[in-house]
Amino acid sequence: MPEVQLRKRVIIVEEVFHEGGPIAAVPLRRAAALAIIHNPYSGKYVPEIAGFMEDLNPLGLEMAKALVAALGGDPKIVEGYGKGAIVGQAGELEHGALWHVPGGYAMREILGNAKAIVASTKKVGGPGTRLDVPITHINASYVRSHFDSMEVGIADAPKANEILLALVMTTGPRVHARVGGLKASEIKGQDGLR
Amino acid sequence: MRAKIRKIVTFVEETRNEMGKPVNPPTRRAAAAAVVENPFAGNYVEDLTELMEIGEELGAMLIERAVTALGIPGASAESYGKAAAVGENGELEHAAAILHPKLGTPVRKALGKGAALIPSSKKRCGPGVPLDIPLGHKDAAFVRSHFDGMEIRVNDAPRANEILVAIAVTDSGRPLPRVGGLTKDQIKGEDGLR
Repeated sequence: MPEVQLRKRVIIVEEVFHEGGPIAAVPLRRAAALAIIHNPYSGKYVPEIAGFMEDLNPLGLEMAKALVAALGGDPKIVEGYGKGAIVGQAGELEHGALWHVPGGYAMREILGNAKAIVASTKKVGGPGTRLDVPITHINASYVRSHFDSMEVGIADAPKANEILLALVMTTGPRVHARVGGLKASEIKGQDGLR
Repeated sequence: MRAKIRKIVTFVEETRNEMGKPVNPPTRRAAAAAVVENPFAGNYVEDLTELMEIGEELGAMLIERAVTALGIPGASAESYGKAAAVGENGELEHAAAILHPKLGTPVRKALGKGAALIPSSKKRCGPGVPLDIPLGHKDAAFVRSHFDGMEIRVNDAPRANEILVAIAVTDSGRPLPRVGGLTKDQIKGEDGLR
């Protein structure tokens, strides 16, 4: 299988104190790790691509560790997560789907026993394309206060033969969450949903 | 603190490869940005002292965040730059008041030196506009390998009554510089230019 060729890594950390309402006692933090890699399948249709998922595992772990470090080093403060990919224009959407397994595996591995499916999105785009990475609670997808997203992207990626891979972690609910629904304190934690 | 901060965002970029050629050591740059309330939004105000003082506070805070994000001592930083984006109810002069009179002093204090002008840019715009922060060597503005720029963007800022203020700092110049000119080992460092 092709080796992972990394061109660039980016870490983005947002710290939100308020959004017009009361200043949060503990600010919400969102962090994104982006990796820009060469797309080994760009330029032609390749039938068998699934093996590359395993090759991406070490990069996923490195990105998940970098995210926890960017949030202060303690995985216990992570409450929400998401992932995504932008495939450069010489590739296909299916190449972005290669990130589902390694991206999810990496965050579960680093966060311990996270039960919820990792929300995700993907697209094909040129350099500078932005991606709204969806975010949900790590243990129960229906926790309404933690439905969130983080816009990511960088000016010079992905080039045509590249894939931009993204992982996102957050430390809490939206800063002024107040639309009801399942609360984090009500999680049963059995099925990853509630 | 005089500045009413809604949000702080940090960005770290690490370039490891260009056109298949390794960048060793990788070039790294970081930016820290704060989204603050514009106390003068919607009015023409003659005396902009309050914004100058906010600039001083933000200079100290943002350079500390950016250097910490790079994980280097301040004295090891090589280039720097600053920029501000004013929301639609403010004036370009508000960005000037934050950036130019007082922001630079705490930045230079944190970096140990900084004989060169801190290159800057500013604009008035809506939320999500990219900000291109110019970069130049901190001790000698003519060092050609360090002429650069870093694009950042915060999707929800600046709102109409806000100002987005950013400082960028690097531990290196461009990846693979090869267009000649003054090099960093030729710096005299007396006049801030050469």
